Amino acid sequence: MPLPRLIPCLDVAGGRVVKGVSFVGLRDVGDPVELAQYYSDGGADELVFLDITATPEDASTITSLVAQVADVLAIPFTVGGGVRSVEDAKRIIESGADRVSINSAALADPSLITAIASRFGSQAVVVAIDAGDGVVHTHGGRVATTTETVPWAREAAERGAGEILLTSIQQDGRRSGYDLVLTAQVRDAVSIPVIASGGAGSARHVAEALRVADAALVASIVHEDPAGLAGLRKEIEELGIPLRPLKERYA
Amino acid sequence: MSEVVVVDYGAGNTRSVCAALGHLGRPSIVTSEPARIRDAAFVVLPGVGSARSAMEHLTQTGAAAALRERFGNGAPILGICLGMQLAMVRSEEDGGVEGLALLEGDVVRLHEARVPRLGWSVVEPWGEAYYFAHSFAVRSPDATASVDGVTVAVRRDEFLGVQFHPEKSGPAGLDFLDQCLSLA
Repeated sequence: MPLPRLIPCLDVAGGRVVKGVSFVGLRDVGDPVELAQYYSDGGADELVFLDITATPEDASTITSLVAQVADVLAIPFTVGGGVRSVEDAKRIIESGADRVSINSAALADPSLITAIASRFGSQAVVVAIDAGDGVVHTHGGRVATTTETVPWAREAAERGAGEILLTSIQQDGRRSGYDLVLTAQVRDAVSIPVIASGGAGSARHVAEALRVADAALVASIVHEDPAGLAGLRKEIEELGIPLRPLKERYA
Repeated sequence: MSEVVVVDYGAGNTRSVCAALGHLGRPSIVTSEPARIRDAAFVVLPGVGSARSAMEHLTQTGAAAALRERFGNGAPILGICLGMQLAMVRSEEDGGVEGLALLEGDVVRLHEARVPRLGWSVVEPWGEAYYFAHSFAVRSPDATASVDGVTVAVRRDEFLGVQFHPEKSGPAGLDFLDQCLSLA
């Protein structure tokens, strides 16, 4: 088994980081490239960029952002939001992203998962699931569908997804811990890795999530104190979760 | 001749490899031109995409023959992920694909609890953590390093292959690439 991963998630709109980041020590507060580099230096194992506006006009903006990030970042990153076709995925991956995350487009047309996986490999396809009350939600968690969470996760895996990014919409933003029960149910149902998301308020919460998932997404807990990422990692390790050993930044 | 060539096979992410080489002060060019592959000081065969389409592309462009000639000349090649797998005799991927056969060995689907294997693992006996993203792995008598018993590095003559992505492995990965380049 690979080591558990800690993955900061950055929400971007129009090529800028849009929410919740406390910008102490950063020269340009909304620059995703600089923040990405900062988190990478602080020990992030991977990053997720979520384009929360993702209008078609944004396509060139996000592509240019991906290219800029790829040119400075020496850790893997995933881009989500607005990936609705193989062509969208191709554009983002060829600009330098390692993986794309698909959400409502996969629900609308599950064959999209297979199409992207057969072109770029399963490892390049993350299926994001926003879950609440046992069913999958769309529109940023606001609209409930009739699709049940666990069977959908299983179907996504069978169709070629390389990872599930599972967000509990009840827990998201509440900082009272991840939905460990749901995370464990989904992880038990599939044989691909699962990223737990939604609810991190402390190192203890992240450590709990990493006992039932392969990775944990973190947002406000790191954005409020980007310089605290190294300390967060240390606390998680002190709670018995082995993270990757960090090497000094290459000089 | 100090040119570093990143082999283009029509798919995948060459940008990150070039960026990492750039960080190390070694600008590179992305090409499938046989003469440049044969004569470069150092060649990287990167790895994303599927084995079948990669081999088809390498064969059609003449890059496959150039890589074999280069290997025969004892000139250094670094294979990354699929780039290492392509150097084997054959792969199970895509219903069976013949590789470049620079090294003995084959490529088989990973059989473990969760596939793809995604994330960081400490490579033994090297003792550093690198980033992996793969569903297939090599079996070769030329194995030089492993993770959980799975071969993750092979070496024969001047071909070095690694299953992990040094260009995505932070400072440890850049150090690794720098050491590879210093041999060129």
